[in-house]
Amino acid sequence: MKKLFFIPIIFLSLGVSAQSADEIIDRVDRNMSSENRVFESTMTIHGRRSSRTITSKSYSAGDKKSFTEYLSPAREQGTKMLKLENQLWIYSPSTDRTIQISGHMLRQSVMGSDLSYEDMMEDRKLTEVYNAEVAGSEEFNERLCWLLELTAKVEDVAYARRKMWIDRERYIPLKEELYAKSGQLLKRSILSNVERVEGRWFPTTIVYKDMLKEGDGTQFKITSIKFNQSIPEYIFTKAALKQ
Amino acid sequence: MIRFLLKGLLRDKSRSLLPIIVVAIGVMLAVFAHGYINGLMVDMIEQTARLSTGHVKVMTKAYADNMDQVPNDLALMEVSALKEDLEMTFPDMKWVIRIKFGGLIDVPDENGETRSQGPAMGIGMDLLSGDSEEVERLNLNKSLVRGSIPATPGEVLLSEDLSQKLKVNPGEEVTLIGSTMNGGMAIHNFRVSGTIRFGNTGLDRGTVIADLKDVQAALNMDDAAGEILGFFKSDYYDDEVAAPVLSKFNEKFAGNEGEFDPVMLRLRDQEGLSLFVDLTNSIGAIITIVFMIAMSLVLWNAGLLGGLRRYGEIGIRLAIGEEKGHVYRTMLSESVMIGIAGTIIGTAIGLGLSWLMQTYGIDISEFTKNATSAIMMPDVIKSRITPADFYIGFIPGVLSTLAGTMLSGVGIYKRETAQLFKELEA
Repeated sequence: MKKLFFIPIIFLSLGVSAQSADEIIDRVDRNMSSENRVFESTMTIHGRRSSRTITSKSYSAGDKKSFTEYLSPAREQGTKMLKLENQLWIYSPSTDRTIQISGHMLRQSVMGSDLSYEDMMEDRKLTEVYNAEVAGSEEFNERLCWLLELTAKVEDVAYARRKMWIDRERYIPLKEELYAKSGQLLKRSILSNVERVEGRWFPTTIVYKDMLKEGDGTQFKITSIKFNQSIPEYIFTKAALKQ
Repeated sequence: MIRFLLKGLLRDKSRSLLPIIVVAIGVMLAVFAHGYINGLMVDMIEQTARLSTGHVKVMTKAYADNMDQVPNDLALMEVSALKEDLEMTFPDMKWVIRIKFGGLIDVPDENGETRSQGPAMGIGMDLLSGDSEEVERLNLNKSLVRGSIPATPGEVLLSEDLSQKLKVNPGEEVTLIGSTMNGGMAIHNFRVSGTIRFGNTGLDRGTVIADLKDVQAALNMDDAAGEILGFFKSDYYDDEVAAPVLSKFNEKFAGNEGEFDPVMLRLRDQEGLSLFVDLTNSIGAIITIVFMIAMSLVLWNAGLLGGLRRYGEIGIRLAIGEEKGHVYRTMLSESVMIGIAGTIIGTAIGLGLSWLMQTYGIDISEFTKNATSAIMMPDVIKSRITPADFYIGFIPGVLSTLAGTMLSGVGIYKRETAQLFKELEA
């Protein structure tokens, strides 16, 4: 009799957690994604020998188009990156060359950071790419979080599995672990300095750590961000790279 | 006694001719094979040394720990001063600065956009300063397929296979995309001066060679480099020469324990070459043992045949009272004389052939053109005559004759004195 009593509860709880996981990542998507955005950022790369900081300004529209111009240091100034759909170009002012980044080069580090070009290109919503399950509840950085386990439902994704610690109150990830298909941990990111921006919660500092690389990781800090701006269409053209 | 035995050998040719011919042929083959294999293996080691390892190499500790990843962010700084220091400390050696780097070679179309692209492994070396020996060291002139060696800054050599894959010709511009020393993106234009082929698939797939200063500028490595290679005056790697160099270097830099302090590695400590070096060092012993066993078997049979032929003679000697031991010892003495004579003849012929092979070599470039081996094979295989070639033949030459006679001569002790006269009557 007791067994019969527990069976519906088990089914009920499974159903609730599956539904909750989808709901959670949907709420996360609503915070982290937008129609378009313009932001300025600093990227501090902590190498074994020294650290250096790169500043840039980025424009993005949906998950298909983005444009980044590097503002400093002098050696990187004027370097621009354009992403259209799944293609990526880099313009180098010192050589006046527009170079397409493709194939295995997409897995290379961007400016020596812990981020790859593939990471930079991945803007799709979590709900489009992953199936999620709630694995539990944990405290992280004094915030109560859902621990979500995400498994890729599409083939063309850089990380087959993710673990995310989602702030239960603000629906933003505070920690992420990215895994390869083999189960090897590839990257870890810690998100902090969560601010209220135009009615949504948004983490403005992310520390990325490539787990296969030595060094203290890369700190990516958004210094200003604006959502749903009117961005001229020419920004997302190859002609804009040379301007 | 010796004179008596010598006279016997000289007068009875059938007693000495065949064994001497066998020993001479065996020793000739042993000496020639030793010189040939030694030459081939040393050439392979030296080819690797010239291109990659040097006879010794100086790097930072951190770079040495991850050498296969070519981590230029961990490269040596102030390399000019360090090179001068090395030249003063080790005046008998030649020191060269090199930068290995990985990246992409991108070929632009008429609009400056990517037309073709391929991965490449590059080497930055001093090609343009007047006193550099790098072009000769890597035999670049001979490896040249099209165009010319870089003569002005901004020029680069591509492997012929890479240039064909990217459809780029000498005179055209290519862009190197790589990482700067501090991890930034390096994008640098070069003009292709020529194409080369080393005859090694790994190298020919995607090698790029440019002047050191150009590579330093491209990778933001001002007065920095991944490696300083040291070469011995003899142009040959030798563990015994490397050992004092290594200990002197370690003495000089003792106490520098930081990960960016310089360390020195010998050739044998790099790229798994220790086994190859050991094999080269022991090749003499291996050849000696192989030839000794083979020749002993042949000479044992020759001894048995001789024993049969001299059956009567030995019987008479025993019948008239000569001790079995004395007969056995005289036969052994004869065999030593035969061994020495055969060895001298065989060594002389073997050295002659080795000298021809050392001087002219055999051009195998046609066979290695499409080789898939990862080992650096030389185009021309040459023997290398070393002092060991002058004495190495004596060990199998004399010992095998002796061993052959010892084995076949055991029969003397089996002869029954009581049976001797019956045998003689028969």
